Amino acid sequence: MTVTPATAVADKPRRALSRFRTIRGRETWAGLAMIAPAGILLILFLVIPVLLAFGLSFTNARLISPNPPRFVGLDNFARAFGADPMFLQSAWNTFLFALVVVPVQAGLGLLLAVLVNRRMRGVTAFRVIFFIPVVTSIVVVSILWKFMYQKDGLINSFIDTLTFGAWQSVDWLNNPATALPAIIVLSIWQAVGFHMIIWLSGLQTIPEELYEAARMDGASPWRQFTNVTWPGLRPTMVFVLVTITIAALGLFVQVDVMTQGGPTGSTSTIVYHAVRKGYQQQEIGYAAAISLIFFVAVLIIALIQRRLTRDKD
Amino acid sequence: MTATATPFAPRVRKDASERRRRRVGKILMYVVMSGFGILFLFPLVFMFVSSLKPDAQILRDVNSPAAFLPVGDISLDNYFGVFARVPVAQFMFNSVLVTVLTVGLGLIVNSMAGFALSRLRWKGRLVVMALIIATLIVPFETIAVPMVYWVSQLPTLVMEGGVLKYDFGWLNTYQVQIVPFIANAFSIFLFAQYFSTIPSSLDEAARIDGASWFTIYRRIVVPLSGPAFATVAILTFLPAWNQYLWPLMVVQKEGLRPVMVGMQYFFQLNTAWGEVMAYTSLITLPVLIVFLVFQRAFVSSIAASGVKG
Repeated sequence: MTVTPATAVADKPRRALSRFRTIRGRETWAGLAMIAPAGILLILFLVIPVLLAFGLSFTNARLISPNPPRFVGLDNFARAFGADPMFLQSAWNTFLFALVVVPVQAGLGLLLAVLVNRRMRGVTAFRVIFFIPVVTSIVVVSILWKFMYQKDGLINSFIDTLTFGAWQSVDWLNNPATALPAIIVLSIWQAVGFHMIIWLSGLQTIPEELYEAARMDGASPWRQFTNVTWPGLRPTMVFVLVTITIAALGLFVQVDVMTQGGPTGSTSTIVYHAVRKGYQQQEIGYAAAISLIFFVAVLIIALIQRRLTRDKD
Repeated sequence: MTATATPFAPRVRKDASERRRRRVGKILMYVVMSGFGILFLFPLVFMFVSSLKPDAQILRDVNSPAAFLPVGDISLDNYFGVFARVPVAQFMFNSVLVTVLTVGLGLIVNSMAGFALSRLRWKGRLVVMALIIATLIVPFETIAVPMVYWVSQLPTLVMEGGVLKYDFGWLNTYQVQIVPFIANAFSIFLFAQYFSTIPSSLDEAARIDGASWFTIYRRIVVPLSGPAFATVAILTFLPAWNQYLWPLMVVQKEGLRPVMVGMQYFFQLNTAWGEVMAYTSLITLPVLIVFLVFQRAFVSSIAASGVKG
């Protein structure tokens, strides 16, 4: 040690460097090993299906078929927009559903959140009650409401009582004019509690001092809402809008359980149509094209929402 | 002093009227909230009550408040009827198995990935993180149908006459209901976010003591991350239990069906509403009880999912 101090000094950084390298190397290996299970699963069940949807949409692939898929170019897309009125109607229904559900569910969720965002005895109980439909399966909810929507069911009987017998019973789900609105009502009923909680967590990030200052200035409750609450909720609003929109555009279960797309296609949706074509009629290639159109539509709508909500900042 | 003495008296009166106004406001609040409460509860009360009544009485009671009251010919006959007609116990077992494995394996796989992304420095980490976040924009519904085609071609091992054989096709298995849903980009993201709040000095100290990265994950980070595990467990539990679209397409064997799909088949074959309501009550009650017991954790998990938009 005392014999060659010079080399020892010269050696030290090099050894430290190589040690550093191996630690780095080990860290990389550890990182890759620990992300591998999730990474491989995501590739197998997300990336490949997306690529497959893209690839199959240009073929005439069938779910079970002795013949290999054949490339058909843009035929599937031409068929969707030109020769399949049910697709266009499904797209229109899906759009209509989202157009009503997104603002109503977001607004009602906010109203409920404001209602339960106060220190009052029993307020937690109300939060729990408003949230109970969310933990009830949408399949259960659909069956239950189908029962209530019957011609001699609870809803008609209830309106009949309210109007002192002046009400003409409506067969809600078998009438093209009322079937989609009926599904809209139960969908909002089931999911609004979820967004109440999201809004509530947004409300609770707004510091109490801001309200105190506003009250000091004599601001009315409405002014407090427009000038303090609403600006503070902007990030929450973006999240709520995007999640409701994506969920609404994916409407499937309620339709499958309650109406099978009927009557006369008035409740068919894009996802329902894709499942009908791809799974029931085994036309996977065409269903993949529908899925791809759907994905692009969701993407565009989400981007527009992002842009609109960002520009106002 | 004299100036303040005179306006003092009317101010008291104003306070009193203010207090009264507040009280009226408070009562009004309770009335409004109770109104909404009834709106959210009445269908479920109707469901539970109807499950106890014979069909003829359900239809009769619809026209009166008795629809919401357990009165008249009350019994558990509908429940016995359900068990006699379909293998509900088997469906329940399938759903519990699928849910427990999806959530449990998901916690392990996604927390490891979150650990690798938040606490380890390695080449390509940021690219991988960006890719995982990018996958969040793909709604499952858009890939469900092409994925049926994909899983129908995946290799698998099957037991045939006591011999393990290599075969193709995951349709009609348990794994097809579990494996595709284990890895979850949002769970990974939540774990990574939570892990990055744990001081990294803990890792360094453990490294000096010669601990491997896996040991640090298992002995330091996991024990400190109870809330993150609870949040992810709750957020993945509900979709796993409620799965419908996917098992509807990939499981035709009755013995492998989860409760939701089993219920839909039962419902299609059956218009005995009492029994249908018994079935829906049967699969709603366990989740409802779990929710009521853990409601605080449920609500804070949902809130946590919205923090990052």
